[in-house]
Parts: sequence; C-alpha cells; structure tokens
Amino acid sequence: MQRFEPRELPFSSCASGGVDRRDFVKICCMAAAAVGLPPAAGLKMAEAAAKGLKPSVIWLHFQECTGCTESLLRTSHPTVAELILDLISLDYSETLLAAAGKQAEEAMHAAMHAHEGKFVCVAEGAIPLKDNGIYCKIGGRTAKEIMEEVGSKAGAIIAIGSCASWGGIPSADPNPTGAAGVAAVLPGKTVVTIPGCPANPYNLLGTVLQYAIFGTLPALDSKGRPLSSYARVIHEDCPRRPHFDAGRFVKQFGDEGHRLGWCLYQIGCKGPATHANCSLQHFGEVPGAWPIGIGHPCFGCTEQALAFRAPLHATVSIDRPTPPDTYPPIHPERGGVSAVATGVAGLVGGALIGAGLMASKKLGEGQPAQKEE
Amino acid sequence: MSERAVPVGGPIVTPAFRWLLLVFGAGVIMAAWRFVAGLGPVTALSDGYPWGIWIAFDVVVGTALGCGGYAMAILVYIFNKGKYHPLVRPAVLTSALGYSLAAVAIIIDVGRYWHIWKLPFVWGWWNLSSALLEVALCVMAYVLVLWIEMSPVFLEKWKSGSPGFLRNLATSLSPIVDKALLWIIALGMLLPTMHQSSLGSVMLLAHNKLHPLWHTPLLPLHFLVSCIAMGYGVVVLEATLSSRAFKRRDETPMLASLGGVTSGLLFAFVAIRLVDLALRGRLGLVFTSGWLSFWFLLEMALFLVPAVLLVNTRSRARVGNLFRAAMLVVLAGSLYRFTTYLVAFNPGPGWSYFPAVPEMVVTFGIVAFEIMVYIVLVKRFPVLAGARQGAEAR
Amino acid sequence: MAVDRRALLKGLTAAAAVTAAAPSQAVASRRREAPPDAVGMLYDATLCIGCKACVAACRQANNLEYETHSSLWDDPVDLSGRTKNIIKLYREGEQISYMKQQCMHCLDPGCVGACMMGSFQKREYGIVTWKGDRCIGCRYCAVACPYNIPKFEWDKAFPLVVKCELCNHRIAEGGIPACCEVCPRHAVIYGSYNELLAQARQRVAAQPERYYPKVFGEDDGGGTQVLYLTARAVPFEKLGLPELGEEPVPELVRTVQHGIYKGFIAPVALYVTLGAVMLRNRRKGGGHE
Repeated sequence: MQRFEPRELPFSSCASGGVDRRDFVKICCMAAAAVGLPPAAGLKMAEAAAKGLKPSVIWLHFQECTGCTESLLRTSHPTVAELILDLISLDYSETLLAAAGKQAEEAMHAAMHAHEGKFVCVAEGAIPLKDNGIYCKIGGRTAKEIMEEVGSKAGAIIAIGSCASWGGIPSADPNPTGAAGVAAVLPGKTVVTIPGCPANPYNLLGTVLQYAIFGTLPALDSKGRPLSSYARVIHEDCPRRPHFDAGRFVKQFGDEGHRLGWCLYQIGCKGPATHANCSLQHFGEVPGAWPIGIGHPCFGCTEQALAFRAPLHATVSIDRPTPPDTYPPIHPERGGVSAVATGVAGLVGGALIGAGLMASKKLGEGQPAQKEE
Repeated sequence: MSERAVPVGGPIVTPAFRWLLLVFGAGVIMAAWRFVAGLGPVTALSDGYPWGIWIAFDVVVGTALGCGGYAMAILVYIFNKGKYHPLVRPAVLTSALGYSLAAVAIIIDVGRYWHIWKLPFVWGWWNLSSALLEVALCVMAYVLVLWIEMSPVFLEKWKSGSPGFLRNLATSLSPIVDKALLWIIALGMLLPTMHQSSLGSVMLLAHNKLHPLWHTPLLPLHFLVSCIAMGYGVVVLEATLSSRAFKRRDETPMLASLGGVTSGLLFAFVAIRLVDLALRGRLGLVFTSGWLSFWFLLEMALFLVPAVLLVNTRSRARVGNLFRAAMLVVLAGSLYRFTTYLVAFNPGPGWSYFPAVPEMVVTFGIVAFEIMVYIVLVKRFPVLAGARQGAEAR
Repeated sequence: MAVDRRALLKGLTAAAAVTAAAPSQAVASRRREAPPDAVGMLYDATLCIGCKACVAACRQANNLEYETHSSLWDDPVDLSGRTKNIIKLYREGEQISYMKQQCMHCLDPGCVGACMMGSFQKREYGIVTWKGDRCIGCRYCAVACPYNIPKFEWDKAFPLVVKCELCNHRIAEGGIPACCEVCPRHAVIYGSYNELLAQARQRVAAQPERYYPKVFGEDDGGGTQVLYLTARAVPFEKLGLPELGEEPVPELVRTVQHGIYKGFIAPVALYVTLGAVMLRNRRKGGGHE
C-alpha cells in the first residue's frame, strides 16, 4: 500500500498523524456522500487535494454567536480536522486561527491576493449598516468595509447562518444596529445563502466541496438558498408527519401527546412553512438532533419572515403548492353505469315498445273505423 | 254476451304464465337478497340518488298507471257517464293491483321498514308539512279503499258459490258493502286527487336539485292532470288487450270517446306546463338545457302526438290508432314522472344513477306478479263484462 | 262530452290559478330568526390547513368506523354512513382551498320539512337531530337536503341515517363539538350563533382583500347555523356550496301544501261534493253500484 508523503499532502499532519491514500479517498467519498455528491466526486476531490488544488477559504465573522462555526466543528463525516486540513485550505478564520492581531490580518490579505477571484469567502454574522456600520469593527474597519473588500475579490461568496443571510437575531425588532445580510452589502453579486440558526454544516460543506471539485455553485432559489438543501419544507419529510395527517397534535409542552411524540404544529411548529432539510439531515450525526427531533417546534430559522419575527408559538399557514392526493375533491367522482344494466334496461324497454307497436299494428289490421257510442 | 261481468275462465297456467312465474321468482330472490344484505349491494342507489326506479317507476309511475280506477270513477260517477260502466271494474282491479304492488315496492325500498306500521298509527309524530307523509297515508288508505271497491267481485262469486263460510260471509257482507260503496267510491276519488298531486309536491323540496324546467309550484297540478290522462290511457290499453286476449266484446267505440276526454287532458297539461314556464320566464331553458332540453321536448312531443291523434273522431275510431295513442299517453305520463324524479334530478357533480340489474329484476318481478294476479282474477272472478264464458284464453 | 271537457278544463284552470297564486306570497317571508339559544360553527377556509384533525376527532367522538378506499388507513371520499365530517380539497391551477363539510344546521331545514314522522327535528340550541325510532328509512331527507348531508348506511340490513348532530351529546355535558375542540388553527370554531355571525362579518369587513365578500349561511336557504368564510379568489360555489337564494328550502312546499290543505277544509269539501254529486247521479239513475 502506497503511503502519501508529507510533501504530497502538505496538511495531512492531522491528529491521527498522517493518512494513507485509501483512508484519504474514503474521507473524500464520505464527505461527498454526506453532502449529496456522487462517489466519483470524492475521487476527484482526493486527486485535486493531492495536487494541492484545495480551495482557499476565508471565513469572516461579524455580528453573531459563532453557533454556525460551533456546529461545523461537531461534524464527523468529515471531521472538521479532515475538512480544514485535508479538503480545504482554511486561510483565515477568527475562531480557528492560531495567529492573532496583525499576523492574522496579514494572513487574510495574503490569502486574498494569492487566490484573488478563486477563493471562497464564507461570512458568518450580520453586518450592521446603521450609523455607517460602527457597531461591528475588526482591526479598525467596519464589517461592511471588510465584507465589501473581501467579497469583491472572492470567487464565491457564501453567507452561513440566518444572521449572514438576512440579519438573523441582530436584525430582530427593533434592529438597533440596522443589521443586514451579506447580500444587502454586495448588491449584484451571487451570494449563496445557507440560512439556519445554526446552519446545518453539511449544507455548507456541500456547497464548498461542489465549488472545490467542479468550480460551480449549486442551483439557488429566489432567496439564494441551494435547492439541493432548501427545496422542500421540513413538514414534507417530517418524521412526525403521520401524526399531523392523523390530526394528533401536542396541545402544550409535557402533555400526553408531547410525550408520545405527536405533531408540534399546534404549539407553533413552523415546519410547514420552512424550507430546509433538517428533517432528513440532522445535526452532529446524532439521530434526532434537531428541534423537532427533541420535541420542540421548528421555529423557522431558514425563513426570513419567520425566525425572530413570527411569534414563537403561533401557527403558520400551510401554503403547499401540492397537497397530497389523499384529499377528496369537492365533488368526488363515483362509479359509472354498468354496461350490463344499460343493456338489460335497453332490451326490456325496447321489447316493450316493440311489442306495443306490433300489437297496435295487429289491432289495426282489417279493423274498420267504428262509430263512437 | 252480457253486460254483466263474468269470469272469462280458461286454464290459469299457460306458457306465458310460466314465464311470468319465472320473472317473479327472480324478483323474489333479489328482494330477499336486499333484506339480507341491505340496499347498497342490490341497487345502484347512493346518497346522491337516494331514490331509484323502485320509487320513480314502481311507486310514482306505478300508482299513476293505477289511476285507471280513479279516472273511470270520475267519468262514471261524477260526470254520470253510465255507458262506461263496464270499464270500471277492470280498471279498479288494475288500480288495486298497481297500488298494492307500489306499496310492496315501498316496503322493499325503505331502509327501516320495521317502523312503517307507526306511520298510520302514531298520529302524534306526523309532520303535516311533509308531502310524502300525505302520499304515504293516502296510498295506504287508498289500497284499502280499492280492495273494498273490488269486494263485490269476490262477494258475487262467493254468493253464488258452494254453501259454506265464504257464502255466508258474502251474503251478510253484500248489503253493507252495497250501502257504503258510494261513500267508499267517493273516498276512492278524493284520495288519489290528494296523493297524486302530493306526489308532485314531494319534489318541490328538491329545490336546487331539480331542473328548473321541472321544478315549479304547479308540480301538484301537473301530476294530477297527467295521472288522470294516464288512467284513461291505461283503461284503453287494458280493455283493448283484454278484449283480444279473452276474446271479449270489442269496446272500441266506447274507448274512442274516452280518447276524446284524454285528448282534452293532454292539451290541458301541455298548455298549463308551457304557460307556467312562460309566466316564470323559464321558456328559454327549453332549448338551452343540453340533453335535458331533449327530454323536455320528447316529453312535450309524447303528450302532443296522442293529443292530436285522439282529438280527431275519425282518427281515434281506428283501434290501431287508439291503441297507439293510448300507449303514447301512458309513455308520456310515465316519462314526465320519471324525468321529474330521476332524470331532471341532479344532486350535484360526480353523482350518477342507473338502476342495477338486481334492482330492475325486482321491478320486473313486481310487474310480473301484477299481471299474474290480474290473469287469475279475471279468469276466475267476475271482472270483465261481455266475455264469452269459457273462451279459450291465449 | 264537450260540456264535460269544458267543465273539467275550467276546474283545472281554477286549480292552477290557486296553486300559482300561492307561492307569490311565499316570497314575503325571508330568512328565519335563529332560536335565542342557537349555537353554531364558523369555518374559515382561509385558516384551514387541511390537517384532518377534525375528521379523526369526529370519528372518535361519534364512534364512527374508519373508512378505507385505497391503501390509506382512513380516507373517506365524501360524507357517508361512516363519516359525519370531512375535509375536501379544492384545487384549480395554483389556487387551493380546503373545505370542511358537515351538517349545516339550517335555520329552516329541508330534512325537517321532509321527514314524515319528525325523525328529523330542530331541537335544543337549534341543532338538527335524527331519531331512529321514528325513521322508516325513506331517504326523503337526502332528497330534500340542498347540501346532500343526510347519509344512509347502504350496506347494512338494518341501516341508520347518519349526519352531524353538532356533537350534541358533548354539548349536553358542557363540551363543545369535537372538530372545534381539536382544530389547531381555530379554523372552525364553536359558539353562540349570533356571536359567530358578528365575528364572521367583522372578519370580512376587516380584511376585504383576504375574504370573499360574503358570509355563507347568513341567509342562504333561509340561513344556516354553520357559517363559512372563504378566500377572496375562491367563491363558495367552488367549495361545493350551492346558490340557494334567501328563501328557506321547505318554504315553497309548505306554502303549496298549506294552501291546499289548510285546516283540511278543501279535502273534506271535495269529499262531500263528490258524495253529493254521486248521490244526485244515482237518483237520476245514471251510474250503478
């Protein structure tokens, strides 16, 4: 079995202390599979990584809680170590960076200029716009300035989390800092929006890896969300859906229905109006690790109009373009008319009329008109 | 040939009778099935079409066909046309049979027949605005009245029969019946007037479901006029057929003048119907109601053709014409009733009704039974006048 | 002969005039007043999410069997002998709306007018109920109901007539109809008829862009105790609610029947006349028997 030399795989000095080719391909394929890419993409990814063609990633933090990064750190297929060391080249990240202060700023600038037009910019957190953006500054510059500079040089821009997508918590009423999403700062640029609070790390990985391997971005919906992850509403694939269909609702936390795992719609679940794949792709590889899985209603974090705006326990309208066919129509069609029945009726009716005509003809024969009495 | 009614005689069980027996047997089996399995598996009835041929044909058309007795009674007793008297008894017999079997059909049709007995007796429950209640009570009473009207037929036979219980009964009952008969006959005219018109009122409640060409406040009048016309039609048919079948005296001249009365009724029906539609601004629907337009025009044609055939004395003097016209009258009235109860009744999109085969078999069985009883009675009891005693029946 | 026909025609025309005149008076009486204790339901189709909780709850509350037509456990296609309450779907292009069907509890019900022995009656709170001991199963109620509500147990040898009775057994115990109790969005609510009507009107007035500008049941078919609201783009007839006009369904037949049978005078008079004519005829020696 051939071993990769450290020079061939510059960043393979991860915790396990070096990987062989087989393991590395496995990691790549696993990563590809986890985000819905074909196994061949894993091979391609491994080859690209071996050639040192890993995408450079610059990760910016603004007004946020770092929850998105935290949830990313808890992925294990691939582990974040595998990810940042083997699959991508994470050149700047305030959370993970060993360097600090001027050193860190330089790292960012170096990466930005070395990979201009090719690097991936991941933004986490909202950008305050009010009062010239003075509410969030890094290295003396406002978040808006940083975003504009990095964004203008990036090959791909990804807004991770609801804050970066459209403001998130910082933008909740009355939005004192005028917090907005990345797209508001970079008008006209394609921003891949991966909302969620936190965003599901696999949705980010999928996007980054697709860009890394194929150099393309996923197809997006009208809000910039990858259709691969956000095309369907949570409700459609919710494991509690049968309870919804049977009309079994939790009425309050801790009631019998709650303990039995019934549908959470009535206590405010926003699943029916929330486009995300949470019901299929749980968090941190722990089965059931997602809001509905642990018995709390979905609060609609991937929808601009819902999370931090709609009351937490109010119910939503269910505007599905395609309700299932299990509803009867207003006027259901019923069984038609049996051919045998029409046949019998026709025969008997015809025979009667025929007999009547024959009889009247026979009666008429040779009968003179008779005088009335 | 006598004016008096006499039994026509002859064997009961002829090949034709055997066929009728077969049909009747099939009907009995199907009816039994209905009582075991419920209405659903046997009929094509549904919640959209809760009434099918058992109501629309057996009851609504069937009782109208049984209006011969009523129509003849009006003519003979009210308009004092004694010349038609020989036609009364057979007409009353067909009426009695028609109504009795309509009653049987109702018992087969209603879902909870075990409560029917409450209808005439639990007066406190009566809903006096229900037209159907009136129909039900009148039909029940009228069946009784018709058999009382028929009773002289049996009493006459038994009186002249061998000594015994029946003979004693007949001798003691005869004078009572004779005395009461006038008032019974009067009742026999009142009741059909009431329930035949109410049969029309019944469909007034179908409101948004009955096509506006048929839904009119005049439904009771239409039903009354059409049933009398049908009654005369049936009398003509029955008299003509029985005079041929039992080789009796030909009654064509009498029937022909009856045709004149019928013609007037038919014209009246058409005129009232059209004027009513015109007054309520619904004449336009006659041509714009799709296939129901066809049914309406067919109905009008069926009423008008015999009306024209019968208005002319020379035309109706020919027995063939008379018979044809009578057939058309019966067909016209039947169609009108059938359309009102089924064809023009539309409970909404998605529903459809066509009688199921077992359902039809029950109806055929009932009709077969009716014919069988008629044959037995006219052969053994003094019903028909002017018969040659003991003539070979076909 | 001619004389007779003329007399006959004259009589018929007179009768026609009487019957034709009758209904014109009927138009005067409009919508019924609701009984003072009337309760009702208000169904707002714009709030309904089609979860069918009401369908399941209705089954439990009324001990109704499940209805299976396909591979699904319970999928009634319409109201039936086993389904007193149903959610249907209206779909036309992109436009969808749910529709809840159950008895409308008319203020002046067709079924009550039709029922021969008062098996159908409007009782406490204006609820239309069915009593089995008076019913002969003639199904005239089904013919007379403009909403096709009374259903018959077609596949039973000893069938019942089945329809929503507004959970009157629950109301009697201080409860509310099961469907209203379980509705997660309060798309269907229970309450006093007058309050519901006021609320329905207010909803329409407050959000004219959302609602079709009419409360169904306010005066349709004389008024119903179950009221409906629908989305602006989905008129009521799309949801299968008929256009009945304001006249109560049994009004016409009542007018005609009462016109003819008022105090039973006409039939008695006719009977006496018939008898008298026959007597006279007999004396003159015309008719026999």
